[in-house]
Amino acid sequence: MAGTGTAHLRAPEDALLRVEDLVVEFPTRNGKVHAVSGISLDILPGETLGLVGESGCGKSTTGRAIIQLPRPTGGSVQFEGVDLTRLSGKALRHRRTKLQFIFQDPISSLNPRRRVRDILAEPMRIWKRGDKDHQEKVVRETLDAVGLDPDTAMDRRPHQFSGGQCQRISIARALVTEPSLLICDEPVSALDVSVQAQILNLLEDLKARYGLTLVFIAHDLAVVKNVSDRVMVMYLGKVCEVAPPDRLYKQPAHPYTSALLRSIPVPDPAVRPQEQPALEGELPSPLDPPSGCRFRTRCPLAQERCATEEPQVREVGPGHYVACHFPLSSGAAAPQPVEVHAGQPA
Amino acid sequence: MSGPNAAGSFSPDGERPNNGVSGTPLPREHETQTRRLIEVDDLRTGFKTARGLVRAVDGVSLTLDRGRTLGIVGESGSGKTVLSRSIMGLLPKRNVVREGTVHYNGLELVGAPDAKVRDLWGAEMAMIFQDPMTSLNPVLKIGKQITEGMRFHLGMDRQTADKNALSLLREVGIPEPERRLKQYPHELSGGMRQRIMIAVALACGPKLLFADEPTTALDVTVQAQILNLLQREQRERDMGMILVTHDLGVVAGRTDEIAVMYAGQVVEKAATATLFRHVQHPYTEALLRSIPSMDAPSHSRLQAIPGRPPDLVNPPPACRFAPRCPYARDKCRQEAPPLLELEPGHAFRCWFPVRASADAVEAAAAELRAGQDAGTDGGETQVAVRGDGENEGGD
Repeated sequence: MAGTGTAHLRAPEDALLRVEDLVVEFPTRNGKVHAVSGISLDILPGETLGLVGESGCGKSTTGRAIIQLPRPTGGSVQFEGVDLTRLSGKALRHRRTKLQFIFQDPISSLNPRRRVRDILAEPMRIWKRGDKDHQEKVVRETLDAVGLDPDTAMDRRPHQFSGGQCQRISIARALVTEPSLLICDEPVSALDVSVQAQILNLLEDLKARYGLTLVFIAHDLAVVKNVSDRVMVMYLGKVCEVAPPDRLYKQPAHPYTSALLRSIPVPDPAVRPQEQPALEGELPSPLDPPSGCRFRTRCPLAQERCATEEPQVREVGPGHYVACHFPLSSGAAAPQPVEVHAGQPA
Repeated sequence: MSGPNAAGSFSPDGERPNNGVSGTPLPREHETQTRRLIEVDDLRTGFKTARGLVRAVDGVSLTLDRGRTLGIVGESGSGKTVLSRSIMGLLPKRNVVREGTVHYNGLELVGAPDAKVRDLWGAEMAMIFQDPMTSLNPVLKIGKQITEGMRFHLGMDRQTADKNALSLLREVGIPEPERRLKQYPHELSGGMRQRIMIAVALACGPKLLFADEPTTALDVTVQAQILNLLQREQRERDMGMILVTHDLGVVAGRTDEIAVMYAGQVVEKAATATLFRHVQHPYTEALLRSIPSMDAPSHSRLQAIPGRPPDLVNPPPACRFAPRCPYARDKCRQEAPPLLELEPGHAFRCWFPVRASADAVEAAAAELRAGQDAGTDGGETQVAVRGDGENEGGD
């Protein structure tokens, strides 16, 4: 359960959220599922952190563990200077109003029997924020902000809306408690591309308007690149690489990131797909993850050292960190050896 | 053993009333006759609901030759899945209206007896579905599921079928195939299951393979493996393949031709390179622009398509994309554009296309109308248009 290091974290006092050595394990009949094994991350106010990886890499579990649903097995989650893992009961719930979550499936995450006005007003009712008139005013303003007409939308129920509109309602619900951090778990994967673009643009607008900080979890690298200031690539519960998106996509240092990027089908007929897939095989079982570097079983560059020694996160360029013994150097761009210091914001 | 015999029991020119296809023979058609697998003409498929008829597929025509891959692209609700199921006859009988013609190797499939169509499934045409978990039978061993078709369609004995299943599993890249034959689907990962699905589909050596979103449920690295596998099998077995997807990236490098669907209709169809380079339909253009690009810097504004696809019970009366189209004018809201082929092999359904001039479209439409008035087979718009261009299925 050794962590992969915290070299990529910045000064604790600057960060809105600082997660250190997060571990989430699920006991099963066949042993422990190592879902997240020592993830560290931090987010500065106003930043968007993109979490990418394939299914089973622990990106959603990380997002959920941040809001303590479920409680992490180990590690700390410092949010606005308070360690959420030490809070419980009302104190935790109160803190959580500042941390909101947007789920993947917009339709099943809304109660089908309730009207939109009730769905949006409920968080304010629970926390006794203002009177009815105030609550209605906030509901109207928020609906308007997410691009829905309050007059027609307020008294409808979720099934009367399309997937894209339901996602707008989910976003509005997340905003009524005035959160500072929004965790979006695959917010556009269930949507068509044309609608996906609408929602991504909306998130950018809302981020500017409400001064939001975002954790954006997705498997689609192009989507993550579009919204993020910093991207973290995960594999089987571990951090592989952290970098500003433009740099990460141009000069990936981790063999896994590079394989992921090469696997994406390009919408250009001139680009012939590679005969040999970038990555063979499939994700190993999280019940019994490989020793050392967890990617070594599929890594084309793996050597003996990778099986015995777990790579630590280290800096390979400005704001660019990688957990790999043999990172790709992609020309002369990335200096190899490393001095560890608190990197500057992306 | 199925092709020619089965064809003999059907008269290809039967007594179907709308026999537009045989009315427009092209001189070159004879050359391609043996390669031509399927001809779909003016296929319409609707579902009867309490709200009215949902016109999921509304007048689609296409052709496919052996050894070629056609991509069908569209967003959810565009009718792409219903189209492929309707071609194959994989739709429920009740409350479904299916009209038009589907010629497979000279056989007319629309209205054909169930038993005849069932003989084709697996043996002549097969389908790979999106979700490999729900489309494999959870209580049957994998070996049984692969051999079932061979025993039924090809009359193989168990030993031969088992032997074939083993070599199929090897072919689709399943490690330890002997052990896998005795396993159940839940014991395998998603990617492995999709390989099994492919093995099941290939078992009887079909000539036409439908792949309906075959990789949507899979991770990108596995997606690349599966797409490569499909492409290799398609080439080696000289199959015709129809690849249905919402992802333009998936079809870009792996198809010969692409049909873009919107609201139940084909709005643009062209050779793959042409479609990407010389987009004509505003919807295709908008679709291409709305994809986040890996090359664009982060935080670049995406070009979303405003609004959403129309209700297929009451689609817009004229151009179906007009309510969302940035170039829409009055004409678009008054008169439905026909599917026109200004350049051979590149058809689109738009009055004011991205590149071609509106005058050229107008002229072609007028010519089409004149041809229809003169012809005896009124109403077969698509067929007539295709007759103008030549041999659109070829290179």
